[in-house]
This record gives sequence, structure tokens and C-alpha cells, in this order.
Amino acid sequence: MRYAYYPGCSAESTARDMHQSTLAVAGALGIEMIEPKGWTCCGATAGHQTDALLAASLPAANLVNVRDMGLDCVVNCAACYNRMKVANYEISNNPQIRKAVSEAIGRDYDGSVKVRHFIEVLLNDVGLKTIGGKVKRSLNGLKVACYYGCLLVRPPKVMNFDDAENPTSLDKLVKAIGGVSVDWPYKVECCGGGLSLSRTDVVVNLTNSILDMAKSSGADCIAVSCPMCQVNLDLRQQDIKKQTGRAYQMPIVYITQLLGFGLGIGSGKLGFNKLMVPATGILEKTGMSSNG
Amino acid sequence: MITIKRTKTGGALKGAVERIADVDLSVCLQCRKCSSGCPVGKLAKTRPSEIMRRLHLGAGNELLESDILWMCVSCETCTTRCPMGIDVAAVMDALRKLAIERGASKQEGNVPLFNKAFLKTVEIFGRTYEMALITAYKLGTGKLMNDTEKFPTMLKKGKISLIPSLGGDRKTVRRIFKKTRENKGAGK
Repeated sequence: MRYAYYPGCSAESTARDMHQSTLAVAGALGIEMIEPKGWTCCGATAGHQTDALLAASLPAANLVNVRDMGLDCVVNCAACYNRMKVANYEISNNPQIRKAVSEAIGRDYDGSVKVRHFIEVLLNDVGLKTIGGKVKRSLNGLKVACYYGCLLVRPPKVMNFDDAENPTSLDKLVKAIGGVSVDWPYKVECCGGGLSLSRTDVVVNLTNSILDMAKSSGADCIAVSCPMCQVNLDLRQQDIKKQTGRAYQMPIVYITQLLGFGLGIGSGKLGFNKLMVPATGILEKTGMSSNG
Repeated sequence: MITIKRTKTGGALKGAVERIADVDLSVCLQCRKCSSGCPVGKLAKTRPSEIMRRLHLGAGNELLESDILWMCVSCETCTTRCPMGIDVAAVMDALRKLAIERGASKQEGNVPLFNKAFLKTVEIFGRTYEMALITAYKLGTGKLMNDTEKFPTMLKKGKISLIPSLGGDRKTVRRIFKKTRENKGAGK
């Protein structure tokens, strides 16, 4: 299995742990991930909030390079994944946009590169059976609230990722490695996304509701697949404590970190030490040390 | 009841929004599913369904002052749930674009400044450079001390890089920004 792998900017900063654990899991499952040379930012929320042409062209400049590689483009950051799929959708369905984007990037791009999320590759190309067969450390009944947020699943006509209101992809992976996926209603609520610095008040309000729901649903931790969800839910627990007095101490882990743990990869390669709320407690709960 | 003050408008926004967002606002049923699902609906003074109605009734530039424009998190719940298939999130994008072009008043938190700082670092470095982004944004808002207590830990954990990543194809990114500026005003 060979793919072009677009890490996205946060792989070099806030989501280094997601990047590390993604590559570690891919390695353990025999998936070859090739970084496109000279990849650039997808434009994220700031891009599409500012200009539609800019928002379609920034991802397209990367996708046209992946086309040269002749591979599917695998993305793990939910925001990059979303922007790339939206760009493809608009370019393939609107000849005017295709023309304007091709002019902006200096090459004709038709929107044809297949953009796939790493989770979807794990489920469809590797398969739960194979993953289950490679488990070295079971999560041993650890209760995990799988949190999908917005950008993985919405808008469904473009994303086509999973059920938009009740997705189950992450839950299936958690079960495959011996965890219990908690039944909870906030799987696709919004964490506040890119407002983390500009409207911290909004982010604190939204993350507080999500953490509260996860806690009262009995979760030991929340599993995410988006760098913005991770940072908001992890980092803002300090602010919530300051403002409301509630101390959740809820570890927010990337699904790839949990998978890596299950596959027996050492925690140094999975970036557990980068979490603000430490995951050591929950990993010890599984009866295994994370140092293995 | 929603009323529109015609005297305050600078011409109705409806046409511009429909063109930029490629939507037909007249099909809105006012079922309010967009407002009920909106994560910031309960926090904002104006909810999405009201924005849709006001636009349809001929609201002008005064609508660009609505607080929800810059509280909207682009989560796409409204677009996903609209029974008439209106891309409500694209309407919000169109309103933000118009608000910036027409110089509508700055809102709390100053999201436009954040977006501008974000895109500037992308234009210069080809990839996001958080140190520059955070500095530019903080200097712009004057709220230098917000979140600073988290910096040492984040630096130590490698969650923020001191130096920018220079591996990206900066030439193409600069070309995109240049072409986008030349194209200003064109819709979807």
C-alpha cells in the first residue's frame, strides 16, 4: 500500500504527536507514506473565510503535485482533509472555478486526485480484521468517547466520509484494539475550531459542554482526529478550570496514538508526552505501561 | 417580527450574497434548523435563520455588523441540515467577504485580523508559522498577555516552533495570492 501523505502545517507544530503517531501506525501496518515535495498550506478556515478562489487554489497547488506522483492523497488533519475535498468538489463541478484555479496555480488541475482520510484507509484498505490481528496490547476495556467534530463529516455531500450525524469509523477502530466506545451524543458537535485565539470565550464555552458530556457519559478519555479539536479540548481545560472551577483532567488523544499503543509501538514514537493533560493514567488503567 | 430599516441600507446585499455563495435565498422556509444546530446560536445576538430572513427581505450593509459573522465557526452544521439544501455556511463566508470589502465595524476578538495574520504568514513562508501569526495577532489586538502562561509548556512540548518551516513551494503560493488579488470581486 503506497500513498502520497500530506501532513499539513500543524504536523510541524501543534500536532507533531498526530504526525508521529500516524507515521508509526502506518509503518507497523506496512503502509508506505510519501510526502509530496514542497507541500504548502491548505489555507484552512482563514482561507475560505476570506476568498473562495484562494480557498480552492491553495489545496489545488498541492493536489496537482500529488497527481504527478500517481497516488491517492492521504490526509490525517481533518481541516486539511476538508479543504482538499471541498476544492476538488468545486473544481470538478464548476468549469469557471477550474479555469480560475488553474490560472492561479499556473497548471491545469481537474480535481481528479483521490483525497482520503487516514482513518478511511485503515478501515477500507487495511481492514479491521488485519488491525485486530496485530494487536499486542489490548486497551482492556478503556472507555473512549470518539469525537469527530465538524470537518471530517460535514458537509456530507462533499465529504462522503461516514454518517454525518452518527459516524462510527473511530468507534470501530477503538473496539478493534480492545477499547469500549462510549455511546454519547456529542460526536459531531463543534469545539470552536479556529476561534481558539480570536474568540477564546466561545471555545471555552463549547469545549466545556463537550468535556462535560464525555465525563457524564463515563469516558476515560476522548479520541480525536483533528489537530484543532485536540488543542482546543486539551489546552482549554486550564481555562475552564480557572473560569468555572471544574477540573476535568480528561486526556484528549489522537486515535492514531491509541492505535499505536494497541499495536505495541513505544510511547516515545507516539508523542504521548506532548499532551497537556497526561494520558499516563489511562494507559496504566489498561494494565500496561506506555513505555513498552 | 423581523423588520428592515431601508434607510440604513447601502443597497440590498441579497444579489451580491447569492452571486458569491451561489445560493437561492428565496427557497428558505424559515424552519430554523440552522439556528437550532448552530453551536454559537445561543451565544450570538443574531442567529443564522434571522440572517437568512433579513437578507431575503432586502437588508443592506447594517447586516454586516452582526456579531454572528465573526462568531460563526464554519462548522457546516447549518449547511448539512438545511432541508432546502441552502449552503448557509457559504452565505456566512460571502457576508464576511463583503464585511471586509465594505469596512464593516470590527467585532470583539477581531477574527478578520486573525485571518489576515494567518494568511500573511502563509504568503511569506508557504506554510503556517504560528510564532509570527500569534505575535502579529497579539500586537494588532493589544492583548499581549492572553494565553502567555501556556507558551513555555507548549514550546517545551514542541507544540509551537520558534523557527518557520521553509520546505514549501513559496513561489507558487505567492503566485496564488497575487492572482487572487487580481481576481478580487469575482464570485464562486
